[in-house]
Amino acid sequence: MTANREIAVGQEVIGQSVPRLEDAALLRGKARFLDDLHAPGQLHAAFLRSPVAHAHLRSVDTSVSRAMPGVRAVLTLSDLRPSLTADRIPLQFRNNGLPEAITPFVLANTELLFVGEAIAIVVADSRAEAEDAVDAITLDLEDLPPVADVRDGLATTAPRACLDRANTYRDFELSYGDADSAFGDAPCTFQLSIKQHRGAAHPIEGRGILAVPDPLQDRLKVWSSTQLSHEARYFLSLMLGLDETQIDVAVPDVGGGFGAKYLVYPEEIAVAAAARQLGQPVKWVEDRREHFLSAIQERDQYWTIEVAADTDGRLLAIRGQMIHDAGAYIPQGINLAYNAATALPGPYVLPAYQLSVTVAATNKVPTIPVRGAGYPEGTFAMERALDGIAERLKLDRAEVRRRNLIPGDKMPYKTPMVSRSGAAIVYDSGDFPAIFAQALEAVDYPGFEARRTAAAAKGRRLGLGVGCGIKGTGRGPYESATVRVGRSGQVTVHTGAMPMGQGVKTVLAQVCAEQLGLAATDIKVICGDTTTVPVGLGGFASRQTVVAGSSVFRAASDVRQQILVAAAALLETDIDQITLNGGFVACPGTNCRFSLRDVAEIAAGSPGYALPPGVWPGLEATVNHIPEGLTYGMGAHAVEVEIDTDTGLVTLLRYVVVNDCGRAINPKLVIGQLHGAVVHGIGNALFEFMGFDAQAQPTTTTFADYLLPTAPEIPRIEAIIAEYPTPTNPLGVKGVGESGCLPVAAVIMSAIEQAAGLRYGQLCSIPLAPPDLIAALDAARG
Amino acid sequence: MTHTAETLHTVTLTVNGAERSAQCTARWSLADFLRHELGLTGTHLGCEHGVCGACTVLVDGKSVRGCLMMAVQANGAEVRTIEGLARDDGPLSALQKAFADHHAVQCGFCTPGILMTLVEVLGDTPDIDEREMREALSGNICRCTGYQNIVDAAMAAAKACR
Repeated sequence: MTANREIAVGQEVIGQSVPRLEDAALLRGKARFLDDLHAPGQLHAAFLRSPVAHAHLRSVDTSVSRAMPGVRAVLTLSDLRPSLTADRIPLQFRNNGLPEAITPFVLANTELLFVGEAIAIVVADSRAEAEDAVDAITLDLEDLPPVADVRDGLATTAPRACLDRANTYRDFELSYGDADSAFGDAPCTFQLSIKQHRGAAHPIEGRGILAVPDPLQDRLKVWSSTQLSHEARYFLSLMLGLDETQIDVAVPDVGGGFGAKYLVYPEEIAVAAAARQLGQPVKWVEDRREHFLSAIQERDQYWTIEVAADTDGRLLAIRGQMIHDAGAYIPQGINLAYNAATALPGPYVLPAYQLSVTVAATNKVPTIPVRGAGYPEGTFAMERALDGIAERLKLDRAEVRRRNLIPGDKMPYKTPMVSRSGAAIVYDSGDFPAIFAQALEAVDYPGFEARRTAAAAKGRRLGLGVGCGIKGTGRGPYESATVRVGRSGQVTVHTGAMPMGQGVKTVLAQVCAEQLGLAATDIKVICGDTTTVPVGLGGFASRQTVVAGSSVFRAASDVRQQILVAAAALLETDIDQITLNGGFVACPGTNCRFSLRDVAEIAAGSPGYALPPGVWPGLEATVNHIPEGLTYGMGAHAVEVEIDTDTGLVTLLRYVVVNDCGRAINPKLVIGQLHGAVVHGIGNALFEFMGFDAQAQPTTTTFADYLLPTAPEIPRIEAIIAEYPTPTNPLGVKGVGESGCLPVAAVIMSAIEQAAGLRYGQLCSIPLAPPDLIAALDAARG
Repeated sequence: MTHTAETLHTVTLTVNGAERSAQCTARWSLADFLRHELGLTGTHLGCEHGVCGACTVLVDGKSVRGCLMMAVQANGAEVRTIEGLARDDGPLSALQKAFADHHAVQCGFCTPGILMTLVEVLGDTPDIDEREMREALSGNICRCTGYQNIVDAAMAAAKACR
């Protein structure tokens, strides 16, 4: 399918940084987030959560709590069972070759597996009264030894994180080419031991659900701060034993997701089940402590890799092992570990690759993708390898990358790898060396040495790091969109796409508006409402502009054609004489014009009269676009840092990111996504550490302990859009929600190494805190 | 709804120029009172331990964490929230408009606290520079924007107000 830009006469909306449709309500404080919703008679839920990482749950005494003021119910798993078809949530992504019985329980069963696991739900008149009652529940526990470090859990003498199963969920291997033989005679080989810790998602709005039962019709209406409303409806229907048509899921304004809301959680099922049992609305809004304890996070990956290169610094092979901490349950699949493994080659030519991956358990909250979804981890490993090559062969770090980047004339580039579905991973478009060169120019790479020595003369230690990453975007298998011109002339888009701050409504409105000769503000976009769109997948994997955008484009194109056919009847002229602009169809050179409302009237029909020839009832089209594989957007980054050798403080001075988004529907929004993703990467590089002690007790459960980047830590970010349209969708677009995260930690480490006079590729443990830098400096001196 | 055993206090205060009065128990935070008793849901709760700043409101002209102040402490006070920055049927304030123009809002959940913080900052330090602006915003966490557009919007608003 070739990129097909149909431009409405006199109106070009795509490519304009139109103001966001979402902003007015948000700026006025009139938006409605989950906790802003109020259902008459609503009750409030709080959860009793496990205080230990691993224990037999012998008994739960709720007698005191049930009698407390305002309490309507205190329910454990056995109390909820009459409303449930199963004890456990189904696995979100099927077909992973995973063992049975690995998904979370709706409420804890007989064995507690992580601190924070929900054991009982209290429903009361107010959240405060519910929390009071939670404190009055007593537990009889028998402690069991916890697995606190995923590596310890792999020893043959290790205790089991869960008594019913071995600690290894799954081993798999990625390999192509003959890595071992490449190592046989490679002139340059070395090993890297890499520890990567990424923390949690921490949208500023936490999770929440409001379940409103309708006992009269045996229906359930659910509002959820979620990234997947159709999946939520399906999971609720499965777990509650209802037909999907008995459940409606709608989404309020969502205050960020970042992956934490791309899951149907046990708490949501428990709340819905409790609401049905009580016959009253129940609302649960998590607080930040609950997010720290029980929302999904990313966590630890340990990579031990060997790198082989030739004398020119060209990669010959990379091989090794990776151990991935999946946590106490697997609710989703092995996608995070798989993505990380397949992301390692990146935008580079890697002739041979072998990685053995072990996905294993700990007694900690489950891990699933957070923004970046494993690609930052694979990227970090590759970028450290390239810096390691530069160090050992005394080559310039940018030159090493130039020599290894896939050349621009090799597109589309079929890598030797396959995706989870078995489809080949093909980089469809983009000129990687050109994008990299653009970043080097923007940061004035050649001029840095002069800047560095001038600063050094004043006692300042500066460093510059460069690197690249590439993200597959537009994950399918489809997304839904219905475009409709109502009888009033109002144009509405209904879609399974889900907003969480990125401006998806504005982007989809732009795509639709351009086809129909309107302004974006003329279009109403309704996301994720299961009552208006029957199927949908939601917001994840940098996919919505690509997939939902393509659905909207195709549906709007279809509606445009329908409008023209109906207009031809109204105007009594040929279709190619008709213009569609500003809400009117007109015949230039005549005074004749009709509004969209008039056209919709024609298509609505009238009893006793036939519809004009070629006109179908209504002006509506539904397209569930199926993308052909992922489309790849490459990014190149550069960072200048300054270090303080006394305190270990790292100051970021400036940041450059060039990223290929295929085609920018709304350039300002693209830049905004790059800013946000880069800062998330900065958090992973220097700040965000989710601590657990040897008993797998979380030790960082407030924002005072777990550091999110704030404004003073962030330098000016120069974000530059590159556009290499993809031929794989009608808009030519690529996703950009996560790309900005990918090489951030690596380029920062590389820059620190230069500033500190350390060996390139040495700093392989992130996040790097000031004491870690001091230790590295001391070790280098000693 | 609260149990009758807990004492109910009447809290009377001026919010966005209008006198409001409602009852709550002593343990209600100001943020919860504004949101659930007065129906002003524009003020948001992100952490309830005083770090993220989403709940920031102005109390007698000073920025305060709505999550750390008790509602009863605001009795008699003059409170300003995001809803008071523009009339419902009126245009956005210069600050709000700068946010829209600079794409300083993504999910919008942190925005109320940032706007109210900036009302105080711009009032106190109208000729603030970028470094000072970033420091002034250090008590407001945003996970979406990376701060740059927020800083640029704030600087533009500062310039417009000078």
